[in-house]
Amino acid sequence: MVSATDLVRRPNGALLLILGLALLGVTIVVSFGIGPLSLPPATVVHAIGAQLGLIDPGNLTTRELSVVWDLRIPRALLGAMVGASLAMAGTGLQGLFGNPLADPGVVGVTNGAALGAVAAIVFGVTAFGSWTIPIAAFLGGVLATGAIYLLAGPQRGSGTAMLLLVGIAIGALCSAAIGFFTYIASDSELQSLVFWQMGSLANANWLQLVSALPIFLIGSAALLTLATPLDMLALGERPAQHLGLDVKRSRLLLIASSALLVAGAVAFAGAVGFVGLVVPHLVRLVIGPGHRWLLPLSAVVGALLIVIADTAARSLDPPAEIPLGLFSAALGAPFFLWLILRRTPKEGR
Amino acid sequence: MNTTPPQPVLLELDRAGYRIGGHNILGDISLQCLPGSVTALVGPNGAGKSTLLALMAGDIAPSSGRALLCGRDISTWRARPLARMRCVLPQDHAVRFAFSVREVVAMGRLPHPSDPMTDAAIVEQEMVVADIADLAERDVRTLSGGEAARAAFARILAQRTPLLLLDEPTAALDLHHQERVMQILRTRSIAGACVVIVLHDLNLAAGYADRIVMLTDGQLVAHGNPTEVLTANLIRRVYRQQVEVIAHPSRDVPLVVIT
Repeated sequence: MVSATDLVRRPNGALLLILGLALLGVTIVVSFGIGPLSLPPATVVHAIGAQLGLIDPGNLTTRELSVVWDLRIPRALLGAMVGASLAMAGTGLQGLFGNPLADPGVVGVTNGAALGAVAAIVFGVTAFGSWTIPIAAFLGGVLATGAIYLLAGPQRGSGTAMLLLVGIAIGALCSAAIGFFTYIASDSELQSLVFWQMGSLANANWLQLVSALPIFLIGSAALLTLATPLDMLALGERPAQHLGLDVKRSRLLLIASSALLVAGAVAFAGAVGFVGLVVPHLVRLVIGPGHRWLLPLSAVVGALLIVIADTAARSLDPPAEIPLGLFSAALGAPFFLWLILRRTPKEGR
Repeated sequence: MNTTPPQPVLLELDRAGYRIGGHNILGDISLQCLPGSVTALVGPNGAGKSTLLALMAGDIAPSSGRALLCGRDISTWRARPLARMRCVLPQDHAVRFAFSVREVVAMGRLPHPSDPMTDAAIVEQEMVVADIADLAERDVRTLSGGEAARAAFARILAQRTPLLLLDEPTAALDLHHQERVMQILRTRSIAGACVVIVLHDLNLAAGYADRIVMLTDGQLVAHGNPTEVLTANLIRRVYRQQVEVIAHPSRDVPLVVIT
């Protein structure tokens, strides 16, 4: 009758979070030494120490110094931020839609954000300096999320199929517009279409990292404060209201914070798919659906995933870069299919 | 029966009506619900029972007239204070993710300021009351319909509100658990709660409600104690079903039987 797997056991969230952060830290540091130019850990530590003025540069070459400090450190840290952002945004969208298949890429939010970014570049908008593109991406992401919510949100009771179909439609529409802008834009204006479709961290630098940081901090802090509302929304919108949640307000905050996180990721790393789908799902299997631990743990695992995938992207076929999105899609798409197929009729259409 | 001094009205509908488009869903309904009472809303399918409950819950605002909680228009209540005053058991208790029964019941405590010790004790107590304690560690999505209904029932009991609104709480339950739920609600009302239940089973309504409100086509057709409302003539007219109303063999309530 009752199988052991039906019984719920929750591991210690704080412990898992500490372990996860430690693992992430080690992975990031190790990744500094991996790439077309392979560097032993001692050299990496030496280069960081020398750059901070703590140790004498000694026999380090300027190339070694530059690779570690100017390229790999911002790249790995930006990658961690992008992964964490996408995983948390995925968690938030799944809670908003009450559907574990909601992913920023699958439901079209990523494409919406990418369209915002591309439009800003092509129209030459520079109103907000280095923030212009993230802000445009945010607007695109909010519009896409809002449109999907209005057309296929849980209040319409229309189920998974409707959500995915509307997501495909919105995504395709944005994708077509991105293609059009890329087509009419001059080469110097715009990243390649591949960047907006597949994502890449190849151009990461300190300026990008510093610009992305506040977006990430605001978005993730906002989403973390929504952990309890997300739990309540698992009961449905009306029961959540009955439990004292201001559903309208929470909904807006969820859309805004998820779109902000996606926008930050898309503006600096292009469209990397499926992280927001796979990561929350796997983490939920371990820690349970309570968002208090699900959100931060998803962030850590998402960061880990992107740091590892990006290290592989630059190392497997040097000096060429394999698009980052290839890895996440290769991993995520079969997983997505598996999720769809294992859904029982009871869980909905 | 009324030996206690007059109670303040907790919930009041004052000629409340509800329309969508030009269509009348509910006519002008006036009702008062007092602490310590059990009111059953009965009537055929589509009579407007759930809409009336939604008006009482503050889910929808009346198109005309007023709906007042503690003398104040329900639509002016903020969500959280309102959730400390009234709980609502919906017909659909689907939960989207793999929360355990205990975690779902604990959500009933969220409207209140957090107090881990008291909250945990209330959650355990209400799971025992709703006969779901054995399943506390189960993933709610693996429960049967009746078990899921009891888990949802435990959740609204844990909310500990003076007003309880329930939409067909017994629909998915077996005979024993139907009686059990009604007895629990009766007990809560004796302790001072105001209970409003949408019911299809007229005999459950007769057995446990102080007052039955019968609706048909959005209109209030009868309103009073079970003996006054549950007459064979009225039921035949409203439900278009032949019935006899006889005395219950052991309890002092009417019994509706199909003929």
